[in-house]
Amino acid sequence: MLLEATQVAIERGDRRLLSGVDLRVTGGEIWQLVGANGVGKTSLLRGLAGVARLGVTGEIRHAGAFLYLGHASALKLGLSAVDNLRWHPASDVTASAGQICEALAAVNLAGYEHRPVGALSAGQQRRVALARLLLSDAPLWLLDEPFTALDVAGCEWLEACVRSHLNGGGATVFTSHQPSRFGTLQQDLDLGHYAV
Amino acid sequence: MAPVGALLRAVRRYNTSMWTFIHKLGSPPWFFGFSGSLVRWLLPITVTLLLVGAIWGLLVAPPDFRQGNSYRIIYIHVPAAVVALAGYYVMAFAGAVSLIWRIRMADVTMRAAAPVGAILTAIALVTGAIWGKPTWGTWWVWDARITSMLILLFLYLGVVALFEAYENKTAAARACAVLSLVGTVNIPIIYKSVDWWYSLHQPASIKFTGESAIDASMLYPLLLMIVAFYCLFVLALLLNMRAELVWTHRESGWLKQLVGDT
Amino acid sequence: MPSDRPLLSLRAVFLRQFLRHGRSIMTSPADVANPLLFFFMVITLFPLGLGPDPARLATLSPGILWVVALLASLMVSAKLFASDFEDGSLEQLALAPYPLAVTALAEVSAHWLATGFLLTLVSPLFGVMLGLPDEGLLTLLVSLLLGTICLTLIGALGSALTINIRRGGLLLSLLIIPLNVPVLIFGTTAVREAVLGGNPESWLALLGALALGSLVIAPLAIGAALRVSLDS
Repeated sequence: MLLEATQVAIERGDRRLLSGVDLRVTGGEIWQLVGANGVGKTSLLRGLAGVARLGVTGEIRHAGAFLYLGHASALKLGLSAVDNLRWHPASDVTASAGQICEALAAVNLAGYEHRPVGALSAGQQRRVALARLLLSDAPLWLLDEPFTALDVAGCEWLEACVRSHLNGGGATVFTSHQPSRFGTLQQDLDLGHYAV
Repeated sequence: MAPVGALLRAVRRYNTSMWTFIHKLGSPPWFFGFSGSLVRWLLPITVTLLLVGAIWGLLVAPPDFRQGNSYRIIYIHVPAAVVALAGYYVMAFAGAVSLIWRIRMADVTMRAAAPVGAILTAIALVTGAIWGKPTWGTWWVWDARITSMLILLFLYLGVVALFEAYENKTAAARACAVLSLVGTVNIPIIYKSVDWWYSLHQPASIKFTGESAIDASMLYPLLLMIVAFYCLFVLALLLNMRAELVWTHRESGWLKQLVGDT
Repeated sequence: MPSDRPLLSLRAVFLRQFLRHGRSIMTSPADVANPLLFFFMVITLFPLGLGPDPARLATLSPGILWVVALLASLMVSAKLFASDFEDGSLEQLALAPYPLAVTALAEVSAHWLATGFLLTLVSPLFGVMLGLPDEGLLTLLVSLLLGTICLTLIGALGSALTINIRRGGLLLSLLIIPLNVPVLIFGTTAVREAVLGGNPESWLALLGALALGSLVIAPLAIGAALRVSLDS
């Protein structure tokens, strides 16, 4: 069991969005949080990660490390891709320059390593943020709209990346507006059922 | 905070009734009933103390040999200033309780104390200015005490404004708790620094307030007024908290039941 | 985030965050130059407003220099954590297994080097322009060196409390100006004492004590404030 959430309720401001959410995630699973705009997908994911703790009630337990990737990519626009990954605020181990360049090459950004991230396109910036997936060994990934701004090749790369993470015993919880990216591999958590 | 926690644990172990009392204080419906009966007692006491203190101070106490009758404004100025400062510590203490034990009623206390304290500070400033006109010949003097009061007013206004700026009121209470705790650490430093600043810049001759010994016939009504203002502060705090509770629990069953009953 | 991996030492975390923020500041030189320019321009306003009489300017100069330094620090501190909040760095920092007080202190240190420290270095120049007697220049430098540490830390606290608030700028000045009063008093008094041939050391010692106290207390408060801002 990598993540165990029991009877989680989410409030935003004075309004209750979700209540009674149960979610158990074990290795090898992909969960997609689905639901209409404003139902609270991002709020729930932030709650599961522990970013926002006010307005989140219920029990959320993690076994082991996890990696959270939010809407905002946590990149400093003035810094190069390499510096951004090397000094990333959440990584608990500093990756070597070689590892970072390998990861950037894997997301098809070879040659852009030392350019300021602000000079890259939105899709390329997203790839820099996603390169973190290759540098982390956290078994659980919590990804908020990871496919946003990615082109077809980028989406395919991310799918393959998540699949191989699963084969290694990892698990992924993500939000997306596109249905069933992973076909029968994935399970849906329809937040419409828990909306208040 | 470890020693405080240990102390409270000891209190819980040896005095469970005390602990249930604190727990009850944290429950809005219970607090609403409790504060209601407290207000019923406190209101006549406060009014009586204020009346007795005012009559004693304004009519019975002798005039000052240097300032004549104008000094009598101290019976409002000094109590307001004293209680305004104490009010900040009440607010900060409630903030600390709210941060550490996450008790909702502590949030309400802090939120209710800020405007009461700000108003008392403003009263102290205005009465200080009125006192200044006959004493120094001008409405405003950058006197150490008045300047400190002005900064205290800014500190209060900061807490009020910060609370209003947050949409999420739980977060607002936490933010204000952090701010008021930092303010608490700072207040003695501010007061001391303003004191030094004043004594460096002003000749000692016009410093005739405070240092000279005050006669007992003037002191007793002053002490009485200070007690009255403390009661007034608690009364205003309780009323403010009750108003806050009515607003936040306007949809709750217990409140509707209470309104229906009476 | 519990992890099986060994954690980095706090010093390494501090250094990483310091480098990240410092490099990021260096990529936008305008942000570094703006407070200095502001300092320069406002200093220019005083002779224009008060008249060019050197003797009067000299008496007023400790106060002018200090008040303007305080305003410059107020102006830049509003932005301290804003970009981290908007680009998502802050939520990542909050998830990292390190105390926010340490990482926030790293950012504040980098910020101080780029603003308060630079301001201190150029301040004697402006002191000369305002006719501050030579005896006061060294004290001005030392007092600003210690004082800007306090100003930056207090400003950072204000920034942390207001990043999630629309139109937080005005609120920020209300929150932090009263807290800055002792710093201003000790700083100006030290410079004036030096000019009058008095004893500035005791006032500088008080400023040093304030700086040390702020270094201990402010990071904890900033960490708590950042959590509140993220939570809301």
